[in-house]
Amino acid sequence: MRDIANRALNIAQVRGATYADIRIVARDTQRIAVKNGRVEALEQDETQGLGVRVIANGAWGFAASSRLEMSEVERVVLQAIAIAKASALTKARDVDLGEPVVSKGAYQTAVKIDPFTVPMADKIALLLQADEEMRRVNGVKVTRGEMVFVRENKTLASTEGSFITQEIVESGCGIVALATDLRSGEVQVRSYPNSVGRHQQTRGYEFIVEQKLVENAPRVAEQAVALLTADPCPSDDAATLILDSSQLALQIHESCGHPIELDRVLGSEAAYAGTSFLTPDKLNNFRYGSEVVNIVADATVPGALGTFGYDDEGVPAQRTDIVKNGLFVGYLTSRETARQLGLGQSNGTMRADGWNRPPIIRMTNINLLPGTWSVDDLIADTDDGLWMETNRSWSIDDKRLNFQFGTEIAWEIKGGKKTRLLKNATYTGITPQFWGACDAVCNEQAWVVWGTPNCGKGQPPQIAHTGHGAAPARFRNVRVGVIK
Amino acid sequence: MLGIERVRELTQQILALSKADETEVLFTGTDAALTRFANSQIHQNVAETNTDIRVRVVCGKKIGVASSNDLSPDALKRTVDTARVIAQLQRENPDFRALPEPQPIPRVEAFVEHTANFSPEQRAQAVSVLCKKAKAQGVVAAGAFATTALEIAVANSRGVFAYHPVTYADLNTVMTAETGTGYASFTHADARAVNVEALADEAIDKALRSRDPGATEAGEYTVLLEEYAVHDILNFLAFVAFSAQAVQEDRSFMKGKFGEKVMSESVTLWDDGCAPDTIALPFDFEGVPRQKVVFVENGIARGVVYDTATAQRDGVASTGHSLPAPNTMGPLALHMFMAPGDTPKRELIRGIERGLWVTRFWYTRVVHPMKVLITGMTRDGTFLIEKGEVTRPVKNLRFTTSYLDALNRVRAISRETKLFINDWGGASRRVPALVVDGFRFTGATQ
Repeated sequence: MRDIANRALNIAQVRGATYADIRIVARDTQRIAVKNGRVEALEQDETQGLGVRVIANGAWGFAASSRLEMSEVERVVLQAIAIAKASALTKARDVDLGEPVVSKGAYQTAVKIDPFTVPMADKIALLLQADEEMRRVNGVKVTRGEMVFVRENKTLASTEGSFITQEIVESGCGIVALATDLRSGEVQVRSYPNSVGRHQQTRGYEFIVEQKLVENAPRVAEQAVALLTADPCPSDDAATLILDSSQLALQIHESCGHPIELDRVLGSEAAYAGTSFLTPDKLNNFRYGSEVVNIVADATVPGALGTFGYDDEGVPAQRTDIVKNGLFVGYLTSRETARQLGLGQSNGTMRADGWNRPPIIRMTNINLLPGTWSVDDLIADTDDGLWMETNRSWSIDDKRLNFQFGTEIAWEIKGGKKTRLLKNATYTGITPQFWGACDAVCNEQAWVVWGTPNCGKGQPPQIAHTGHGAAPARFRNVRVGVIK
Repeated sequence: MLGIERVRELTQQILALSKADETEVLFTGTDAALTRFANSQIHQNVAETNTDIRVRVVCGKKIGVASSNDLSPDALKRTVDTARVIAQLQRENPDFRALPEPQPIPRVEAFVEHTANFSPEQRAQAVSVLCKKAKAQGVVAAGAFATTALEIAVANSRGVFAYHPVTYADLNTVMTAETGTGYASFTHADARAVNVEALADEAIDKALRSRDPGATEAGEYTVLLEEYAVHDILNFLAFVAFSAQAVQEDRSFMKGKFGEKVMSESVTLWDDGCAPDTIALPFDFEGVPRQKVVFVENGIARGVVYDTATAQRDGVASTGHSLPAPNTMGPLALHMFMAPGDTPKRELIRGIERGLWVTRFWYTRVVHPMKVLITGMTRDGTFLIEKGEVTRPVKNLRFTTSYLDALNRVRAISRETKLFINDWGGASRRVPALVVDGFRFTGATQ
């Protein structure tokens, strides 16, 4: 790898690049999916290649190839330089990365059980057992289960002298029960541990074992069936709402994680993912939430899905304050955007989805720090409200202000107790008003770092794996029950 | 691009390596480039060369899949071996019968050399035109210009060999004029067909007219949906309703409705991967020729798409709509069309007493699949219509409405249609603009 990297960087410098980096990436993915008592998918995918990023004539160029051969390395570097020179045709100013970053080191995800050494038969057996437990419940129409394991090895080298190797390992799993009633046209779903297929972390197979899929399967299926005949979520323009930690994780992702990406704040995503309401004039000057809202970007949380050693610019992983006692105090930055806004050094959030994509600013682990409430005390303290759990639908505008979420399941809270089961629950709001009405966050005992393995951004499209730590939290005056 | 003979040789080489009862190879070759611009300058400019093989082996009724983008002899053997080892660990799938037999595949020309050879300088020149026009009007340009060449092939041990090269160019832009934004996009197999100036003019005009939007109350409106918005409606119908798997699992409104009226009489929807006016792909990822499938004809529910597995379940033939193995999603319509009407687009606004002009939708998600209940936002050009004319821009609105109900309340359909290709998955759609009554908006943004 070092030979390829040195060759690429040498050609880049000789042919006029003022900066170049190369990433050589190999990613193995194993996926097992079961459905209705049968194995539906067993696959092992490997992808490898190199991506070269250069600055020439003051502008960016990037080229990538799956062929790891010296002749191809030269072609790719020259292509990247040609692309950079074409980019320069429209430049308003030269790219400025600020102070050089010289990182040397190695990082490896800490795993107790390497998931790629666990026999496939054991994984299949576990999923089928959970599936069988769900299918025992009368009224379930479709049952599914999934495991995903990822191992990514990457080498980053730059003309500034960085040379880094990293191995990131991820394990993910989930089960789903679907219940339908054609007469009423009702379709209800319950997922565990999280929706959209699975929960995932940078950990080994021990993470799968801890999830206790089989033990939770009957409850998941029973709830899906019970939802068919549950009352619909009532409409209320000023409800008290408690979100479970998994739904709150997605709320953080959409309404805090995306608007703090400094590339979109500065307009880079204007035509696609959108811009942000958190414009630079609001930094250290805007009340994002109530006093109990404290949010950090932390790429160092052990085992979290957005945890790594270095970002794809070679900047070491770090923890950054984003919202402190409700005040907006920080962005996710790259070397170029941090320089542009005079924020000092990058806080290390540039990540690429594989060898064939350039790094862009991505969430690491965007965590709502734990508060002081126990879950039981919070429910007991709520006289009239709703508990919503597990995301079912999500949508937010292009500035990240107006959001609407639906959850798989909800309960009414009356007199400090969870009571009536409710289906088709939805809530909607405006980001700073919603976080401004947060009056309680639960404590560390209820805090979970959820994995979001499906965050889309960028053109060409890139998928990022992000983490979000959260404990249940309470919000006042929320509009709920949007479905007629 | 490897070309048909090299791809044929490669796939045969892989099939020869397999000792399984049946083997299938899906080959995908990609030469893709994309120039991205924002703040009226290029800020990201990329190119990618990749070749990928996906091998499905069948041992009795046990199936395993492995893929790799390493085409070295060792890697090919490793991939085939991995697929076989996985298959042997598998449990028998009693539903599986056999890989598809060879069938005649229509030849569709979809590869344009000019698009495949489009250079970074040519993309930069186009972007430069957009940026200059933007600056001249005091607006800011953002967007992306992609040119892509693909070659897709499927071969199996029963004698299937299908190969198809295809290109497309896609240019989209959002122009920002202080508080207003305007969108335009264009997709075509031939990059020479992209009229950059016209696209710039459309987006700039809309951005300028969108400045200083006012508030408008949520509620039900008659809406004029431009093609950009209608495209989204077809995307969701494909996913939640027009797949045999969705019907078999009782989660599609089409279940039990075939032959019945489900939409307005003016609505006809179909899928045709061999049509000349789409980004064609005449076979699916199992090598089965794509059939034209009519979903809704003059408002009447007619059919859904099948792959081999769902077809066997219903005792019918596959319509050629499989996704790559191992496919848990079921079949999917990738080349949808909506029939045009007879009203010129510029005349659609006539007769709308009070309504909204919607350029496009954003961040749309399913709230309830059976009802095709969708929530999302308007974006990049939303206007109030009063007495048949656009009177003022309005702030973006959130809708929570049934796309199925919307297609039951179609008042008019434009004569013109527009082609789209999705960023995610490459599905193409050709759609007209629509006027729809009773579209439900549930909130507004700031």
